[in-house]
Amino acid sequence: MVTLEHYLILSAILFATGTVGVFLRRNVITMLLSIEVMLNAVNLAFIAFGRTIGSADGQVIMFFVVTVAAAEAAVGLALVIALFRHRETLNPDMFTSLKW
Amino acid sequence: MGTELLLFYLFGGVAVTASLLVVLGRNPMHSVLLLIVSFAALAALYITLDSPFAAVIQIIIYAGAIMVLFLFVVMLLNAHKEDEYVSGGAQTMKKPLYAGALLAVVLAAELVWALLRTDRATDGLLTGGAAPDAVAIGDVRVLGQLLFTDYAFAFEVTSILIIVAMVGAVVLAKREL
Repeated sequence: MVTLEHYLILSAILFATGTVGVFLRRNVITMLLSIEVMLNAVNLAFIAFGRTIGSADGQVIMFFVVTVAAAEAAVGLALVIALFRHRETLNPDMFTSLKW
Repeated sequence: MGTELLLFYLFGGVAVTASLLVVLGRNPMHSVLLLIVSFAALAALYITLDSPFAAVIQIIIYAGAIMVLFLFVVMLLNAHKEDEYVSGGAQTMKKPLYAGALLAVVLAAELVWALLRTDRATDGLLTGGAAPDAVAIGDVRVLGQLLFTDYAFAFEVTSILIIVAMVGAVVLAKREL
């Protein structure tokens, strides 16, 4: 029997995986991918909760999260392209102009 | 319900493995392609959760649109090799990295604890396994009605968000303003 706990634990593992990616990777594109992993973990939790309480709201919220993720990816990748054009690198440690 | 559990572990395992490989892989191109595998496994899980609409938009929008955008940027920037040229000069960065990884593990444990605690706290509300009305939840018509009645304002704001993001992306990526 698959219960809500199964999906919640899976969601937590996926979210932590994404967090590890944001911390460990030194590549802006891979960091954005890790953020997508985290968003998907949250989507899974929303849909599991929605299904458990018998409401379609979880799917509606997942729809909004996907929309926001699309907007975030578009802007984020545009930023990556602009940064790469100026610095010729994708390593976030190289972008230190604003560091005091 | 052996098959249900089997499907959950199969697709959950695929999702976790693919996500780990996304995070640990050195090649951004492989990361993007593996993330599509992870999304497909999650879409299968959405189907087991009686949410076919969510599964379909997961495939069409995430795997079809967003990941293609990522793939396009990876190829455009020719970023096939990662941070080898940095790790040599940045050995001092190793310690914060390990600290970050440790913090992430702590976060995972904390999330599991918090989520399970939430479950117990609202035990009266949750019904556990079977959804009360699986057909009504999975019905696209119900979702459409919700989107255009209860969530109509949020839905319209979303369109503004998309326009702002589109204009922002064009402005940012343009060569000279």
